[in-house]
This record gives sequence, structure tokens and C-alpha cells, in this order.
Amino acid sequence: MLRADALQAIYADIEDKIVVTIMGAVAAELYMLGHKEHFFYLEHAMGLASSMGLGLALAVPEQKVVVIDGDGSLLMNLGTLSTMARYRPGNLLHIVFDNESLLSVGGFPTATSTGTDLAGIARASGVPSVMEANTLEQLQTNVKQALTSNTLTTIVAKVEAIGPKTFHMDLGLLENRFQFARTLEMMQRKKV
Amino acid sequence: MPVSVAHSRVIYDALKACDIRIISALPETWLVHLIRMAEEDPDMTLVRLAKEEEGIGISAGAHLAGVHSALLMQNHGFLAAINPIVSLALLYKIPLLMLISYRGHFGEKDPWQTQGGLATEPILRALNIPIWHLTDPSDAARRIKDAQTLAHASLHPVAVLLSRELMWED
Repeated sequence: MLRADALQAIYADIEDKIVVTIMGAVAAELYMLGHKEHFFYLEHAMGLASSMGLGLALAVPEQKVVVIDGDGSLLMNLGTLSTMARYRPGNLLHIVFDNESLLSVGGFPTATSTGTDLAGIARASGVPSVMEANTLEQLQTNVKQALTSNTLTTIVAKVEAIGPKTFHMDLGLLENRFQFARTLEMMQRKKV
Repeated sequence: MPVSVAHSRVIYDALKACDIRIISALPETWLVHLIRMAEEDPDMTLVRLAKEEEGIGISAGAHLAGVHSALLMQNHGFLAAINPIVSLALLYKIPLLMLISYRGHFGEKDPWQTQGGLATEPILRALNIPIWHLTDPSDAARRIKDAQTLAHASLHPVAVLLSRELMWED
């Protein structure tokens, strides 16, 4: 499964959700599919997209929050799984694209290439719903199920270590940051 | 344990007056009463972290969603969170209200706290993070509110250092 295809397959399900992605290839691929003002691309601070997602999910419990993580990033902040599991916001969906590689920084293999099982770690951390997807159909089904379940879910999707030719996004970091915050403010106002 | 309950209450009430809704924390001797107060407050979301750097992400998410948060950490926890402070909070102009128990400074008896104590202020200064030494309970509420006001106006982290004389009753 190519991650770009996987993102395309779930785009319709996540395009109206608050989304936080990790940096590099993932951010660029989602951006190319179609930027939304409630998408935030965390272009640094590796490992913290899931912590940001937890903060968002706790702050706006009436909104669905989707984190798009990667194996390298998650391995840098494994404690996040125990913290998410502890507070288990039902409005948080944590998708991990595992390409067994630090693709955006030279393609060196991560520990998932030698057997580290992120889904297993998520389960053992207490994440109430953990699913694995190896095909586009499985991923689509898992995402739809997770978004309707109101249960904190981690989905680990194995993908190939192939990314876009360029990571360029015509969107400044701070432009994204302020646009995102403004959009969330407007979403909150609509709810009131 | 001679951690001041009365002064912890003053600090906690100050955080409430700042409309803090989310507190992330890692336990530390001087912070025990503050964490317990957050835990017992039904209007507060207390996030117990595995490591302090997660707290920077949680506060960033909360801020972008319009919710005020604060971080309770020991100075060694601040040291553990430096990369996210730089590459999330400073990079993305995220205000952080960091309440840092200032271990390893004058009066410290535990040798293992001293290197962190010596490094804390130089590193905060190197990051251009404003510092307030909270020593006096009578103006603590004003200082914490001022710290939050500056953080929000500057979209920048601020550090309130919780001093031994405020937190510890020998």
C-alpha cells in the first residue's frame, strides 16, 4: 500500500475533521490531496503530533480529531500511547503510517523493520481500540469504524517507503498556524 | 512533607483566576499539593504525563483550540522539554505558561538536583524566555496573571520559577 493512495482512500472521511499531521512526506501528500483550513502540519517537534492531538481532543470534545503519525515519530514519543490511553478521548483517532523507515531524512530503517510492533505497544499501553490495516479496503473500513465508535483508536497501517518527489507546500508555517486556530474558533462559534 | 499547602493553594487559585482549563504535570515533591488540587477540581482537566515534552504538545493543541492551559514541571522536566519548546512553541508562536519548581538553587540539600539548578536560568535566558521568581505569596496571583498576559500578548513561552522559600516550609 502506498501512503499517498491510503490518504486518498480515507480523505473523504477525514476532510471535515480537525487533522494534525507529522512533518515531511505525510504533510506534503495530504496537502497535495487538498488543504483544509482545519488541517495542521507539524513541520518539526518530531513525535509530538499525537500529543497535540490529545490536547486538541481534550480542548474540543465535541469535535473529531485525527492525528496522522508515522513510525519514526511515534518511536520518538512512545509515552504518548500511555498518556492517550489514560485519558482515552473518544473523539481522537490516531493513524500511524508505518513504512519502517525514516523516509523524510534519508530512508534509514526504523526499529519496526526489525520487529518492533507498534500496534502491540499501543494495545499493551491500554489504547482501547487498536486496528491494523494492510490494504486500502481494510484502512477505509477501520477509519470509518473508528470515527463512528466514539472510542480512542490507534490504526497502524503498513505502507511502502515511498514519498512524494518534493515536500514543498505553498503554505507558511505561521500562516497554517493562525489559519488553523482561526478556523477552530469559528467551528466552536458555530456549535454555540 | 513540608511542602506548603497554603502557598500551593494561592498558586492554584491564581491559575483558576487565569481561566486555566487544562494542566499537564509530572509529579515532583514541591508540586504534590498543586497536582492534588487539580485532580480534585471537577472543572480542571489534569493530564498526567509520561514525559514533560508531551505537555508542550498538549498545551499547543489546547491553545490552537482556544483553551488556556498551564504546565507544572520540575526544572529537570523543563530541561527534558527543550526541543519541543524550541521546535513547537517558539517555532509556531505558542504561548506557554510554565510553572517550574526551581530545584537545585540556593538552599538545596540534594546534590543530584544541583546541576539542573545551575543550568535552568542560563538556558531559559538562551531561549529568550522571560523569567519571574515567585517568592512572595502576597503577590503570586498578580505575577501569575501577568505571566499569562505576557505569554498571550507575545505568543511566547514564559517561566514562573517556584522558589524554595515559597514552596518549602523548613
